[in-house]
Amino acid sequence: MTEAHVSCDVLVVGGGPAGLTAAQVACESGAKTILLDDNPAFGGQIWRGAKHFRFDNKVLDLISDQTAAQLGTTDEPARLRKMPGWRVVAAPRPGVATAESLSETNSIHFQKLILATGARERFLPFPGWTLPNVMGAGGLQAMVKSGLPIAGKRVVIAGTGPLLLAVAEYLKQCRADVRLIAEQASGSSLFRFGLSLTSHPAKLFQAAMLKARLLTVPYLTDCWVTRAEGKDTLERVCLRQESKSWQLECDYLATGFHLIPNTELAELMGCAIENGCVKVDEDQQTSVPNVYCAGEPTGIGGVEKSVVEGRIAGLAAAGLAQEARKYHAVWRHCARFAGRLNETFRLREELKALSTDETFVCRCEDVTLAQLRECSTWRAAKLHRRCGMGPCQGRICGPAVEFLFGWKPESVRPPVFPARVESLTQADVEEKSS
Amino acid sequence: MPMPETVSLRINGKELSVAPGTTVAAAILIAGHSAFRRSVAGTPRGPLCGMGICFECRVTVNGEPHARSCQIECMPGMEVRTGD
Repeated sequence: MTEAHVSCDVLVVGGGPAGLTAAQVACESGAKTILLDDNPAFGGQIWRGAKHFRFDNKVLDLISDQTAAQLGTTDEPARLRKMPGWRVVAAPRPGVATAESLSETNSIHFQKLILATGARERFLPFPGWTLPNVMGAGGLQAMVKSGLPIAGKRVVIAGTGPLLLAVAEYLKQCRADVRLIAEQASGSSLFRFGLSLTSHPAKLFQAAMLKARLLTVPYLTDCWVTRAEGKDTLERVCLRQESKSWQLECDYLATGFHLIPNTELAELMGCAIENGCVKVDEDQQTSVPNVYCAGEPTGIGGVEKSVVEGRIAGLAAAGLAQEARKYHAVWRHCARFAGRLNETFRLREELKALSTDETFVCRCEDVTLAQLRECSTWRAAKLHRRCGMGPCQGRICGPAVEFLFGWKPESVRPPVFPARVESLTQADVEEKSS
Repeated sequence: MPMPETVSLRINGKELSVAPGTTVAAAILIAGHSAFRRSVAGTPRGPLCGMGICFECRVTVNGEPHARSCQIECMPGMEVRTGD
């Protein structure tokens, strides 16, 4: 173990579209910048597996090779230090973040912090959802991008949101046998959404729908998986559309119910949260001075919104808030699209009735629906049943429980991820030295 | 520097060669194991989120337990054990 501390003007947490843009803009504006990401390579979920990031006619290297990345390649300014495979586990005092990699712990001292922690898929429980080979839609895509062969495998894609289409297109390209896309949203709401799409970000969605059709994958609306079955691994799924129900044999079920903002780190920093999203002002600054937030954590809106927010946050953090205002019109446009998107893919009530008494809702601690029914609050569920107390810290079951019972998860405490004892000791030393 | 064509590792004692950049989770699936571990109630589990959040894909890597296999790239000579 090595203990170290590094310092920078701007620390960017998260290397997806928002974080990459923010880091690039901040260091171009003269700020000494550190960009870190939990994953072994940059790009976030959407650009996972990409080798380069193109931005304003410049090219950044996204490959994880640490030494090459840190030295800076292609057009990359030396002021940018990239730390792939690192995650922030604690924030011992203002201006300091404790980060760890697989083998090291570091205290990162910063003037400004930009949180670009992205989003995760929302999962909803149904009988059989814990079977191996039932994965997230983005989850299966990530596995394929990181080496899982999918050619010829039978895949059912189910849940809600535009991600289902993007995943279908990608898996088809990889020659998977995509048997069905089951979208729970109603055909009429999708039709209205389609009519409202008149310009850029929206056009991308239309293109995705069109491609899915061209790829000849059946796309059913008002349709969802009622259960997954198999002995020790997935063998088939049961589906429903209106009064019709049927079974489909498959090797993988890729299921996700739109996205949930990753707000845990912002909450740990004390940032105000509003309607499940990090509250920001027009410079993307949170309620905590010098802490900015960009992309999905401020509201699910897709890659265009993330990029423009990353740009605004990067400029503002580098002291160029005036320059950032040029991008407000683009931002408003993206935000309007986001609003319509989230309305269209709202979850239907019937999904609350899928789980039976025996269905595990909390997968870490194997807490069943029947056990949760005996509780009246999230706190009671935690204390009596250890719901949300396992390694994922409620990241998977929290949004499901909120949908099923309406309980809001409680405050976030460090470490935000299971961390090594050395990291906690170092965070403690930092806290005491304040 | 030219990239090596394959990376060899051992999964539950069995040798496996994968393309560079393959994650341990993908390698385990390639080796034919869909159950990575048993849950607290003993039910089989495999990867769910694919992005390091759910912790369902944890396995033992080089003797280190609870490693999130979807976040770790295969390295030459790595020893991976599932089912813990």
